[in-house]
Amino acid sequence: MTPLGVSTAGLTRRFGRQTAVDQVSLEVPAGAVYGFLGPNGSGKTTTIRMLLGLVSPHAGSIEVLGQPMPASSGRVLPQVGALIEGPAFHPYLSGADNLRRLDACDRTADPGTRKRRVDEALHRVGLAAAARKRYRQYSLGMKQRLGLAAALLQPRELLILDEPTNGLDPQGTREVRNLVRTLAADGTTVLVSSHLLSEVEQVATHVGIMSAGRLLAQGSLDEVLGNTSPSLRVETAELEAAAQVLTRMGLTDLVLDRGNERITAQLGTAAPEEVNRELVRAGVAVRGLGVARPALEDLFMSLTGEGFDVVH
Amino acid sequence: MSSTDPTLEVSASWSPDPAPAAPPAAAPPARAAGGAPARLPLRGGLRRLLGSELRLVFRRRRNQALLAVLAGPPVLIGLAVRASAPRGGGDGPDFLGQITGNGLFLVYTALTVCLPLFLPLAVGVVAGDSISGEAGTGTLRYLLTIPVGRGRLLLAKAVGVMVFAAAAVMVVVVSGLVTGWVLFGLHNLTLLSGDTVSLVNGLVRTVGVAVYVMTALLGLVALGMFISTLTEVPIAAMAATVAVTIIVEVLDAVPQIGSFRSALFTHHWLGFGELLRPSVDVGSLASWSALQLAYVAVFGALAWARFTTKDITS
Repeated sequence: MTPLGVSTAGLTRRFGRQTAVDQVSLEVPAGAVYGFLGPNGSGKTTTIRMLLGLVSPHAGSIEVLGQPMPASSGRVLPQVGALIEGPAFHPYLSGADNLRRLDACDRTADPGTRKRRVDEALHRVGLAAAARKRYRQYSLGMKQRLGLAAALLQPRELLILDEPTNGLDPQGTREVRNLVRTLAADGTTVLVSSHLLSEVEQVATHVGIMSAGRLLAQGSLDEVLGNTSPSLRVETAELEAAAQVLTRMGLTDLVLDRGNERITAQLGTAAPEEVNRELVRAGVAVRGLGVARPALEDLFMSLTGEGFDVVH
Repeated sequence: MSSTDPTLEVSASWSPDPAPAAPPAAAPPARAAGGAPARLPLRGGLRRLLGSELRLVFRRRRNQALLAVLAGPPVLIGLAVRASAPRGGGDGPDFLGQITGNGLFLVYTALTVCLPLFLPLAVGVVAGDSISGEAGTGTLRYLLTIPVGRGRLLLAKAVGVMVFAAAAVMVVVVSGLVTGWVLFGLHNLTLLSGDTVSLVNGLVRTVGVAVYVMTALLGLVALGMFISTLTEVPIAAMAATVAVTIIVEVLDAVPQIGSFRSALFTHHWLGFGELLRPSVDVGSLASWSALQLAYVAVFGALAWARFTTKDITS
């Protein structure tokens, strides 16, 4: 069995009469990029705060990097970089001074290498040019980048990134994605929470989906999405002829869209290239053909409900 | 499983330029070989934490402004006394009448003027801000996940506030001393009994006065820090600390409440006059200082109990 980077069992936390986190049992394999998904208010941040020892659970247990939390905070947390619910720094200090302050408070950090590590972290998130600017003058995206730089001040076994792309422009979002990939390639376990599904789908190897305090689904991306088979889309003017071929080949759930001259169907066990060959052999003029994997978004919506309202 | 060469980790393509070649460094010893957490080497952590805390307190412009404002009253009193010197006399705070004869008395007058409001205001702002300020900006959650132990953080914050309180007292004393020296000159000190001691003896007594006043503010520091652990809104903690001090001072001014008054933390603030007697009653000064330490013990324990068990949701 793969060792776990983060695991919880029956983690529960109430605020007043509301159960913010309800019997959550996370399993984040070591080395995974775990997309922690859920609508606003679904308990993601409270779970993350409990993992880091900021909030105490009412029930359940937590292990981070194989050690019980919060009992082993002193040994575990130096190996964990975290971005929790947005960046937070002293507004009247510069970006570099804020990082130096955090590093000086870390008793496992080597003061001799501080300057180099601060410079590297700033460079790595593209803030080298704004290092001496006061944090107050940073844009939202720059603040977010500084938060990431703080998480990267030291080599980490585990990164916990809560909404890391908040406030970033498309370029910055792509940079965060690349950063996560690079870190994961180095063997760092990454737990990234987000409500941006397409974002997570592009980097995650594993996902967990929270709603109303409960963990509804969890596993590798393939496991979680695998339950639903991919669908085939055929674009053609000859809908009936194409439909006959598809039915003959065992495709199901055909939907004929006459307005757009398009058919979609569940692919089942059929190979898309075979379907294409048969369509051509039957003389159907095909304008376009493609396979669509069910998107994480579809699964997410089916699990959490499509309502825009905050649950509870 | 993870790279031991930090230069490799700089290769994320954040910027279009290639990352600068970092000097090849030895593998960080904090990194465990097999991914299992190893015991991490600790290097003089508390000293660096305290240094960082003091820099944070003294580099903050608001705190610098508070200290600058405290230099004002001695100068204003000195100028006012100088301007009205020919008339002299009249009502005023203790020691005011003696200033024209000896600039040293400007120090005592200034402390008498600053102790009821200006000093508690400055110390209350910094003490009230200590924990709630970090909570308010959200930096508290990052400090605690570094991790900085909660007890250690509270200790570092307490040292930071105490040093600030001491600096605030020093500003008043030094400003009074310099202004008094420039406007009136420093001379042999005439004690409350009428006896005169040498200027050196007078300066030593003045240092004693400064140390006593610093100690007298410790109860306020502890109270402010306890209040600071109760809220995430720094301005509320500052206002509450100053308000409680003023209420206590009002109570202190009501003789009807009896001997209970002598247990109030403001009651002996002006007791530094004891140091200006021919034979100093060390016992009284010690017991008044011990009262402050009792406040530190009680509110320090409350702050510790609260802060080490608190959920950090800010």
